[in-house]
Amino acid sequence: VMCSITFQIYYMVNILLRTHNQMKTYLLQNSEDIRCKCICPPYRDIEGQIYKQNVSLKDCNCLHVVEPMPVDGKDVEAYCLRCECKYEERSSGTIKVTIIMYLSILGLLLLYMVYLTLLEPMLKRRLFGHSQLIQSDDDVGDQQPFANAHNVLSRSHSRPNMLNKVEHAQQRWRRQVQEQRKSVFDRHVVLS
Amino acid sequence: TSPPLQTDRDLSIRNDTTEQPWLYWSNYAMSNGGGVASSTTHLLDFLEEPIPGVGTYDDFHTIDWVREKCKDRERHRKINSKKKESAWEFTKSLYDAWSGWLVVTLTGLASGALAGLIDIAADWMNDLKEGVCLSAMWFNHEQCCWTSNETTFAERDKCPQWKSWAELILGQAEGPGSYIMNYFMYIYWALSFAFLAVCLVKVFAPYACGSGIPEIKTILSGFIIRGYLGKWTLMIKTITLVLAVASGLSLGKEGPLVHVACCCGNIFSYLFPKYSKNEVLSAASAAGVSVAFGAPIGGVLFSLEEVSYYFPLKTLWRSFFAALVAAFVLRSINPFGNSRLVLFYVEYHTPWYLFELIPFILLGVFGGLWGAFFIRANIAWCRRRKSTRFGKYPVLEVILVAAITAVVAFPNPYTRQNTSELIKELFTDCGPLESSQLCQYRSQMNGSKAFTDNPNRPAGPGVYSAMWQLCLALIFKIIMTIFTFGLKVPSGLFIPSMAIGAIAGRIVGIAVEQLAYYHHDWFLFKEWCEVGADCITPGLYAMVGAAACLGGVTRMTVSLVVIVFELTGGLEYIVPLMAAVMTSKWVGDAFGREGIYEAHIRLNGYPFLDAKEEFTHTTLAREVMRPRRSDPPLAVLTQDDLTVEELQSVINETSYNGFPVIVSKESQRLVGFALRRDITIAIENARRKQEGIMLNSRVYFTQHAPTLPADSPRPLKLRSILDMSPFTVTDHTPMEIVVDIFRKLGLRQCLVTHNGRLLGIITKKDILRHMAQMANQDPESIMFN
Repeated sequence: VMCSITFQIYYMVNILLRTHNQMKTYLLQNSEDIRCKCICPPYRDIEGQIYKQNVSLKDCNCLHVVEPMPVDGKDVEAYCLRCECKYEERSSGTIKVTIIMYLSILGLLLLYMVYLTLLEPMLKRRLFGHSQLIQSDDDVGDQQPFANAHNVLSRSHSRPNMLNKVEHAQQRWRRQVQEQRKSVFDRHVVLS
Repeated sequence: TSPPLQTDRDLSIRNDTTEQPWLYWSNYAMSNGGGVASSTTHLLDFLEEPIPGVGTYDDFHTIDWVREKCKDRERHRKINSKKKESAWEFTKSLYDAWSGWLVVTLTGLASGALAGLIDIAADWMNDLKEGVCLSAMWFNHEQCCWTSNETTFAERDKCPQWKSWAELILGQAEGPGSYIMNYFMYIYWALSFAFLAVCLVKVFAPYACGSGIPEIKTILSGFIIRGYLGKWTLMIKTITLVLAVASGLSLGKEGPLVHVACCCGNIFSYLFPKYSKNEVLSAASAAGVSVAFGAPIGGVLFSLEEVSYYFPLKTLWRSFFAALVAAFVLRSINPFGNSRLVLFYVEYHTPWYLFELIPFILLGVFGGLWGAFFIRANIAWCRRRKSTRFGKYPVLEVILVAAITAVVAFPNPYTRQNTSELIKELFTDCGPLESSQLCQYRSQMNGSKAFTDNPNRPAGPGVYSAMWQLCLALIFKIIMTIFTFGLKVPSGLFIPSMAIGAIAGRIVGIAVEQLAYYHHDWFLFKEWCEVGADCITPGLYAMVGAAACLGGVTRMTVSLVVIVFELTGGLEYIVPLMAAVMTSKWVGDAFGREGIYEAHIRLNGYPFLDAKEEFTHTTLAREVMRPRRSDPPLAVLTQDDLTVEELQSVINETSYNGFPVIVSKESQRLVGFALRRDITIAIENARRKQEGIMLNSRVYFTQHAPTLPADSPRPLKLRSILDMSPFTVTDHTPMEIVVDIFRKLGLRQCLVTHNGRLLGIITKKDILRHMAQMANQDPESIMFN
C-alpha cells in the first residue's frame, strides 16, 4: 500500500511540474516579456539616459545594453560603473487572461442585473397579469417563531426535481438578498 | 487573582447524578466553573436521535462559546474513541486532524489568487480613465510603454502606443481643448465606475459594502451574521472593489481584502463542516493583510491584535502558514513585473540622526490628532447618514461623492494619480535621475556638474510648487476621506490614511532639509550634518508620517510597526517608527480610547465585549441583573408542570431568548437553561414525528415522566435540549468578576442566585448596556442580543 501511495504521489508531482513548465513557456512565449533596464545618471556633459533591451539575465549588464555607448573607450568603465542595470520579467499572458476574465464576469453580472431589475418584472406582468403583482413581504422574524422552526426542519427534506431545486434555490437567494437589503439600506441596522 | 476556572470535567463523574438533589447544590458550589454541558444528556439519551436544527443559531444572535466548545470536544472524543476500531476510522481521524491544515492552505491559495486578480484589474481600470493602449487593450500605461525605446529620461512615460482620450477623440495631445476633453473623460469614467459599483452592491449583495473589519471582529467574538461571508458577497466584493478603487474615490483596498479572504476561509470551511470556523477566519484575516501589504508577519500580528477575539497558539501557527501561502501565491503571479508584493516597496539604508526624533515625534502628534479628528467626524457623518433622510439615497450619495472627488482631484497631479503611486513617489527618495517636481533642486556647482549623491541642496522652484500642491492635496484628502469611508461600496481606510501621513511627512521632511541647508551653522545641524553631505532623507519622514497617521486612526501598535518594517526592509528605522506610532497612540488615546473599528462597532450596536477595556466600577451583580424592581417577574419554566399549550403561550408572549427551568414555583431551585429556538424546533419536531402529542400534553424536562392520570395524552420529553449546567453567580458577586467571566468564557447569559434560589439573569446585552451607562453613553444603542 505504501509503495503504491508513494508511486501515485510521485506521478502527481511529475504531472504538476510538467504542466507548470508548459504554462510558463506558454505565458512567456512573447519574447517582449523580458527586458533589461539600465539607468545611467548624468556624466560630464551627457544627460541622464535610460536604456532598455530584451536580453536575458546573463546579458543584463551595461556593456550589452547601453547602445550606442555615448563615451569613448577609456571612459566606458567609469560610465558603466555609475549605471544601474535591472532585469525585469513580466507575464503579459497573465495580465491578458486576468483582464478578459474580469471583464467577462463583469459583463455577465451586468446582464443579470438588467434582467433582474428590468426584464423580469416586465415578463411577469405580461404572463400573470396585474392581479398577482401584489406580493406581500412576510417579515420573517421573532413574530413567527414556529414558522421559523418549520423552515429549519423543512430544509432537511430533499426535493426530487432538479428544476424545482434551482427555482427554489433562486427564490431563497432572492429572499436573502431582500432581507440583507432591508437591514443595510432601509433600516440601517448593519453596516452604517 | 481569581481561582482557576474549571472548564473541563471528565464525563464519567456525572453519569447517574441527575436525580440526586444534593448535586444541584454542588452545582452552586462550583458556580465559577462548569461541567461538560449537554454531553451528559447526550450520553444518557443516546437512544433518542438528535433533533435536526437544535444547536443552531438565529441570524443576528450571539454564540454561546461554552456550548460550542463542548460540542467540539464531544466530537473529538467520539472520533478518537473510534479511532482504534478499523483502518477506515483511523483514516477518518487522520483526516479530521489534517483537515485544519488543508482548509488553511486552500484559504491562502484563494486569497493570493484573488488579490492578484484585484491588483491587476484595478491597475488597468485606473489607467482606463486616462487613455487606452492601442496595441494591446489589456495593458495599463506602464505595461504599454514597457518595451518602448525612448531613451531620454524626460520622455520615459510617453510612447506611441499609449493614447490619451483627447488624442483619440480630438486628435491632438496638447492644448486647452485636449485638457478639457481629458478632464471630461476622467469624470465620465469615474462616475460610471462608481455607479456600476453601487448598483451591483445594491442588487446582488448589500453586505459587500463598507470595510468589513468591524463586522468580522464582531463575528469572531461570537455573533452570527448570515450571508456576510457567503459566495455572492465574495464575488460582488471582489468585482466592486476594483470598480471603487478605479473610480478615484479616496479609499483603499486593504480592509476589503481582509473581508474577501475571510469569505474564502468561510466557504472552504463548509467543505470540512466540522472544523472550527473561528481558527479559519483568524488565519484568513492574517492572509488578507499579508497580501495587501506583502507583510506575512505583520498580517499575523494584525489578526492577533485587531481582528481576533480568542487566539490560542494553534491559531498562531495556522495563521502564519496561511499568510505565507497567500504571499507566495501572490508573488508567483507577479502582477507588477518586479517580483515585489506591494507597489510601494522601498529600500534605502540612509542613516537617521538623533535630532530627527523631534520632527518624528511631531509627526506622531499630528497622526494622533488627525486620527482623533477623523474618528469623530466620520462617526458623526455616519450617524447622520443612519438616522436622517440622507441615508435614503445611497446611489445618489455615491455618485455625488465620486463627482466631487473627480472634479477636484483632476487639476492637482498629486491627487489625479493612483493613491498607491502617490505613496510610492513620496516614499522614494530623490535618486540621481528623478524628474518629478519634488526632486527639482537647484544644483550648486554649475561648472563641471560634478555629481555627488544627493547633497543638501536648496530647493528649486519646482519643489516649492510641489509643496503647495501637496498641501492642497492634504486638505482635500482629509476632507474627502471623512465622507468616503462608510459609503455603500467596498471601502478601506489604510491607503488614504497612509497617503495623508506620507504627504504630511514629506512636507515636514523637505522643510527640515531646507532648514538644515540654510542654517547649517546651528548647533543641532553642525553636530551631525556636514556641509555638502546627505543628511536628511525626506522619504523617511514620509514613511514615519504614514505609520503615525495609520496608527492614530486604527490604534494599532505592534502590527503596524511590523507591517511598515516589512514594507521597507529597514531594520534601522524601527526606532523612529516606534517613537512616532507610540506618540500617535498616546495623543489619540487622550481624545478617546477607541479606534475607528471599535467606534463603528459601537455605532452599529453590535454586541462586542471589548477585551481591551477594563471594567473598574464597583457595582454588584444584582444591580445589573434582570428583572429589575419595576419589571415583570422572571419568565421561568417548571420542570414537569407545563403543558404544550402553556409552553407555547410563554414563548409567544415574551421575546426572551432563553428560559431557566426550575424544580417548582415554591422552591425556585434551578434545573437548567433552555433556549427559545431549541424549544420551538423540538415542539415542531415532536408534532411531526411523535404521535399523540396534543395541546394539553405534559412537557417534562426530567429523566422520567411524571405520574399522570390514565387518560392523559402522551407526555413530551424535552430533556435533550436542556442545558444542565448553566453558569450561575450569586447576587453579591462584583461586576468586575462577572465581566471577566463573560469575556474569558464567551458566555451569552449567566443566572443569578440568592441563597441558592434563582433570582434573575444577566445577559451579554445587559452587561454592554451597563458598561455604556457607566461610560455615560446611550445604553439603548446596544441593539442586538
